[in-house]
Amino acid sequence: MAVAASIAVEERSVQVRMASPSRFGDKAFEWLTLAMALAVVVLVILIGWQLWIGSSVAIKKFGFHFLVTSTWDPVAEQFGALPFIYGTLVSSLIALLIAVPLSIATAAYLTELAPLWIRQPLVSLIEMLAAIPSVILGLWGIFVMIPWLRDYPFPFLKRLFGWTPFFSGPIYGPSMLAGGIIIAIMILPIITSVSREILRSVPNLQREAAYALGATRWEATRIAVFSYAKKGLFGAVILGLGRALGETMAVTMVIGNTPQIAASLLKPGYTLASVIANEFTEATTDMYLQALFEIGLVLFGITILVNLLAQLLLRTITTTSATRAVQ
Amino acid sequence: MRQFGVMTKFELPKILGLIVALGLSASASAQMMINGAGATFPYPMYSKWFDEYAKVDPSVRFNYQSIGSGGGQKQILAQTVDFGASDGPMSDDNLSKAPGKLLHIPTVAGADVVAYNLPGNPALKLDADTIAGIFLGQIKKWNDPKISASNSGAKLPDQEIVVVHRSDGSGTTYIWTDYLSKISPEWKTKVGTNTSVNWPTGIGGKGNEGVAGQVKQTPGAIGYVELIYAVQNKMSYAEVKNASGKFVKPSLESITAALATAQIPDDFRFSITNAPGADAYPICGATWLLVYEQQKDPAKGKKLVEFLRWAAKDGEKMATDLQYAPLPDSLQQRVLKRIDEIKM
Repeated sequence: MAVAASIAVEERSVQVRMASPSRFGDKAFEWLTLAMALAVVVLVILIGWQLWIGSSVAIKKFGFHFLVTSTWDPVAEQFGALPFIYGTLVSSLIALLIAVPLSIATAAYLTELAPLWIRQPLVSLIEMLAAIPSVILGLWGIFVMIPWLRDYPFPFLKRLFGWTPFFSGPIYGPSMLAGGIIIAIMILPIITSVSREILRSVPNLQREAAYALGATRWEATRIAVFSYAKKGLFGAVILGLGRALGETMAVTMVIGNTPQIAASLLKPGYTLASVIANEFTEATTDMYLQALFEIGLVLFGITILVNLLAQLLLRTITTTSATRAVQ
Repeated sequence: MRQFGVMTKFELPKILGLIVALGLSASASAQMMINGAGATFPYPMYSKWFDEYAKVDPSVRFNYQSIGSGGGQKQILAQTVDFGASDGPMSDDNLSKAPGKLLHIPTVAGADVVAYNLPGNPALKLDADTIAGIFLGQIKKWNDPKISASNSGAKLPDQEIVVVHRSDGSGTTYIWTDYLSKISPEWKTKVGTNTSVNWPTGIGGKGNEGVAGQVKQTPGAIGYVELIYAVQNKMSYAEVKNASGKFVKPSLESITAALATAQIPDDFRFSITNAPGADAYPICGATWLLVYEQQKDPAKGKKLVEFLRWAAKDGEKMATDLQYAPLPDSLQQRVLKRIDEIKM
């Protein structure tokens, strides 16, 4: 999506330059927008720099161990981020596994199948879901979702899959799985609405061509619509993932906040964003504060890394499908 | 250019008028602003004080940000506020960073109660060893002989104990771990005292509401919350055996009793957990205001001292209405003497 957008921007700027080679207004406009775009870049660099400065003592003291050890002990000032990194990645992954199929199916239903009288109310309902403040979702999580999960779905999952390490152990309620489910609910609206826009932008010609070849509705959606929109849908998922990694308040309220690495998804976990939210206000010693800054730096790094990986993956997907098309 | 000049001439009176109006309104509200930041636990108390004090002295206004004890200590050290507030006394290490002598002024106290969720919610009595055992993860079932020993009448189920603790750094946790460190050598060496610690067992809930929510909904759960919170949420909480061997129910009276019998050093950096008094509830703690002995701005310093004096005398009387325990008279006199030592 980003690649397509940059190509579009390039084309447009070429046109503008050709149409008006020497007009002051256009130049000023170009500089202004350039300055705005650079400001965003500078902002990101400054944030990274500040996190680095704020955690430099901790980085020096703990070095690489910070990333690979699991003790988080503010009293003894021993800090390791591994359980938080693990918790952030696993809870986001659970969220994607739940939210992506749901969101894309919803988007497909809305653009391809739904009659008009269902479409509009459903769209506004989904947008309303995005407007629910995180802390409200968290409260709902504590008082409604967790008791329900503990009484029905969790025992069911344990009965079916209790023999695997992923669903073993006692059921408390607050858990990695509960955290993942809350994040899934929070990223559903953004993935759905972006996917819907993408699917809507697929030219009708595509669908008509598929129907002309005798495709069923499912085949037309799969071949003509999804493969055309693949890149955009992937971008929608990445947007959702970005939100999932940084989601804080609601997750903190349901994940159980225990820095441990447990295979079982029914056991409590902890995320990078949660530990900052939890402990920052009462961190009184310097090293403690430094360690929390370093947690922020790690989260910053993971977010950038995941986005870069996603861009790479996107490029491989699109180039392989392009070569296949040529062959 | 000409057009621009014309516009300026036209707009000038308007702009001047605006400036005059702004100046007038600024001088009309020329109140002194005293800024403070810190602990969240006493915030309802302090904001009530500031409201009431505005009637006593309308020329001064308070701006208090409840950003947490850590933030309060940081800001008073950096001198970005006129007073700080903290739920735990400052460490020697942090005090040594202060540019001048910092005074601890205790204001009110509160208690941590041991809340639980058992079928039928029987009244429970717990002693220090049992509480430490549960939170160290050594006592795992409700029908453990250590629990039933002091609860002969209660029906205790063969059920797993689910420990719930605070996940956010808080003064509540500071009091709780301070108590456990005093009564259990094992806790002291393994875990220690802080606003957040490396918990040996249990799940973390965010804030009093998070712990209360999880205790209320998880059968077999046990956790600690502030007294006010347990009372408001109608939770069952245990009587705890104090240092003189008596089981005491947490209440404002038993907190003040702890304050009255605890050893209080001259710098007021005290802990009142496990106080020796017969009626003292063992798991409670005070909260402090932090001010410099030498005030930089004499006018502001004078107003601040006036307020502190008012708070120690009249403010204390409002504490019980808001479910905070006031300081006992003896301590109040010592605090007033300390306030008089603040220099301008």
